[in-house]
Amino acid sequence: MAKVKTEKVHEPLFHIVKRDRMPLWQSISIRLGSIVCALAFCALICYIVIDVKPAEFFETMFDGVFGSERRIWKMIKDLAVLLCISLAVTPAFKMRFWNIGAEGQVLMSCLASVACVIYFGGKMSNWMLLVCMALASVIMGAIWAVIPAVFKAKWDTNETLFTLMMNYVATSLVSFFLIVWVPSGSSTLGELDYGHLPNIYNRYLVLVLVVAAITVAMYIYLNYCKHGYEISVVGESQKTACYIGINVKKVVIRTLIVSGALCGIAGFLIVSALDHSVTTASAGGQGFTAIMVSWLAKFNPIIMVATSFLIVFLQQGVNQVATDCNISNAFPNIIVGIILFFVIGCEFFINYKIMFRGKEASKK
Amino acid sequence: MERSVALELRGVTKTFGKVIANNNVDLTVYAGEILSILGENGCGKTTLMNMISGIYFPDRGHMFVKGEEVVIRSPKDAFDHKIGMIHQHFKLVDVFSASENIVLGIDDGNKYSLKDVNNRVLEISERYGFNIDPKKKIYEMSVSEKQTVEIIKVLYRGADILILDEPTAVLTPQETERLFNVLRRMRDDGKAIIIITHKLHEVLSVSDRVAVLRRGEHIATVETAGTNESELTEMMVGKKISLNIERPEPKEPKDRLIVKNVNCTNSDGIKILDNISFTARSGEILGIAGIAGSGQRELLESIAGLQHLDSGEIMYHNPKNDEEVNLRDRTPLQIRDLGVRLSFVPEDRLGMGLVGNMDIIDNMMLRSYKKGHSMFLNRKAPKNLAKEIIESLEIATPNATTPVRRLSGGNVQKVLVGREIASAPSVLMAAYPVRGLDIGSSYTIYKLLNEQKARGVAVIFVGEDLDVLVELCDKIIVLASGKVTGIVDARTTTKEEIGLLMTKSTSVSEDALKTENSAKEDGCNG
Repeated sequence: MAKVKTEKVHEPLFHIVKRDRMPLWQSISIRLGSIVCALAFCALICYIVIDVKPAEFFETMFDGVFGSERRIWKMIKDLAVLLCISLAVTPAFKMRFWNIGAEGQVLMSCLASVACVIYFGGKMSNWMLLVCMALASVIMGAIWAVIPAVFKAKWDTNETLFTLMMNYVATSLVSFFLIVWVPSGSSTLGELDYGHLPNIYNRYLVLVLVVAAITVAMYIYLNYCKHGYEISVVGESQKTACYIGINVKKVVIRTLIVSGALCGIAGFLIVSALDHSVTTASAGGQGFTAIMVSWLAKFNPIIMVATSFLIVFLQQGVNQVATDCNISNAFPNIIVGIILFFVIGCEFFINYKIMFRGKEASKK
Repeated sequence: MERSVALELRGVTKTFGKVIANNNVDLTVYAGEILSILGENGCGKTTLMNMISGIYFPDRGHMFVKGEEVVIRSPKDAFDHKIGMIHQHFKLVDVFSASENIVLGIDDGNKYSLKDVNNRVLEISERYGFNIDPKKKIYEMSVSEKQTVEIIKVLYRGADILILDEPTAVLTPQETERLFNVLRRMRDDGKAIIIITHKLHEVLSVSDRVAVLRRGEHIATVETAGTNESELTEMMVGKKISLNIERPEPKEPKDRLIVKNVNCTNSDGIKILDNISFTARSGEILGIAGIAGSGQRELLESIAGLQHLDSGEIMYHNPKNDEEVNLRDRTPLQIRDLGVRLSFVPEDRLGMGLVGNMDIIDNMMLRSYKKGHSMFLNRKAPKNLAKEIIESLEIATPNATTPVRRLSGGNVQKVLVGREIASAPSVLMAAYPVRGLDIGSSYTIYKLLNEQKARGVAVIFVGEDLDVLVELCDKIIVLASGKVTGIVDARTTTKEEIGLLMTKSTSVSEDALKTENSAKEDGCNG
């Protein structure tokens, strides 16, 4: 019989095992825990780097978001815009169509809205103008999204590269029209006088209501409509979709039209409720942030409200810290990056567990 | 005779999440013996072997090679302890020759000379009775030749303990017998051989001892000479089970699906279906036999409207109005709109037949969601259907909203077959419907197919286990390289006849016959 020679044997300290499923409360507490850890870590970094006490750090952060009514409304409007774009990219991502062109789709629809104001502004009633702007934006957004979709469906081109390139085309087109529209040569379009959404309570409320409606509509579309079901099937397995007779090409094109049209609404809202102008930075990188919001919420529109709040809260709060302590603009980005690292990293602990062998081996 | 222990496991445990794949397994393998590891699918055979060969790391337990405790963390560690595993799915580079694949990854500091390698490979082949050309490229090889390369690869590295995972699953009866002869020679040469299988008659014919696993636990290890099929089955399943498959006489068979001169080429320009003609009749089970990849999948998919054909006809005879329609090059939707009730249980259950991340209700809905003009989904009917199927087919699931990927293989298949049968088909096609299923579930599936047959459905059954095909079907078509090499009556044919037809008219067949003869001689001498 074999002799046990444990001293010769080197066992690894730990190994990683896949988890089966974890109860909901446990996964939620891991996620909350990761946010707490992340904030603590950030406070520590702030303390070391810019000598801000942790308590002060959190206080400033909350103050930056909830400190005044104006700040609260700023947070709400940012949340609404980000949420709107996140909802827009969701159907495409749920279908596993890697649309990273929301930025360009939003920008093009901003451009379409502004074009309406410039050419029709003052020549028709404000209501008519708003309808024109909305239509133009929706169509423009849909066109910008459907071009890569058609190429994908017909010739199986790579949608990631295609949608990315469309962003650059959009930016260049905006630059071009700014030169055309601004004769002074400064390429900066001032605030336009026409095509403002009506002020009810304040100028953000209409925007918030529209986005809330879209959130509910998107939830119903994805979960209770035949279209939504087809999107899930195509996303999970194209082979299954073919097998049961779903026309995959049609679904891809249709979904991207929906996705682009919603980006169009986001663009319309940005122009008519907030900016009343267009620049190459009108979308402000939110087309990319939206992807993260959508993924973090696992494509559930209702949870997306929470994830977009998280992102907006972080951005605005850390910006406040940076302003109060008078440090570089890059600092908020670092902090947001660290926090997202924790939030996304905690998914590992939800899917896997680490097993230490030391104890069991010594017992035997 | 004193036997030396080659490998010993003590208290080996491995869990995946909540699933205990192996629980406290003890196992001893002696040098110079063939040990079969027998057990149903999902009982932890492969997991156990993967731990020995360094792919998984055990949660608990000890392993000893020749009396020394070892820790195997990677396949390289396993090789250092002279353990080699031949996996079910071959891991070879297609564009390399046999020899090149064999030396791939060996880092012994010696100069690499292909000529020496070739000679050494030939030497090994001769010693154990392999039949291989070291210079032949992998993509030119048949499945059994590829398996030979895998075995030589392991021997070349000097393995003393060989593990073969389901080696016969892809072989014809003749090839299997040849493989067993090789294994016997290796045993006589003093090697320890572990062979994983779930086919009882193979266990009895080749192994010296049998270790039976059930639900991750080691039930017993017995001498092959002192046991029999029914005893082993009882150990495997945990209860007595009848191993007979019924074959009722067909009632008034009529031509239902007539396939005429069907031709098909794939995207590489290779002909996958070559002038195929046959007729499937109502109330009959038509079996399709053949080595994996002989065109079975393409044939079924072209009937289901998923594969474009170059030429030929697929005529469907509608029993309701006696009309004939051609299904060729129609989409699945068009076929349904023609009133053709065609059900298809594809080979790839979770990748094609079902959506793994969706629950049972949503998977039931796949076939029916389009009904009605509302833009909203109707989940009521699928919900009732799901409940009904869970009850009638005894699907083990917490509830109807569990994602199907969480179910075991047998239950996944019951969900799929249940859904396909629910639409009251007039043609039912099933590709490898019992692959990976435990014995109980397999018999449930056979029963369901027989029920459909009794209802007058034309059943087409693609199978790999020839014993089952011969027992269950009425008629069997044999495919080889996309051609029909024979249509036989299942009541009068034998496994051996089908086996020969499976390799007919392919380049391998001559070699196969030659070695077949030499193998027989060996058998006489031994």
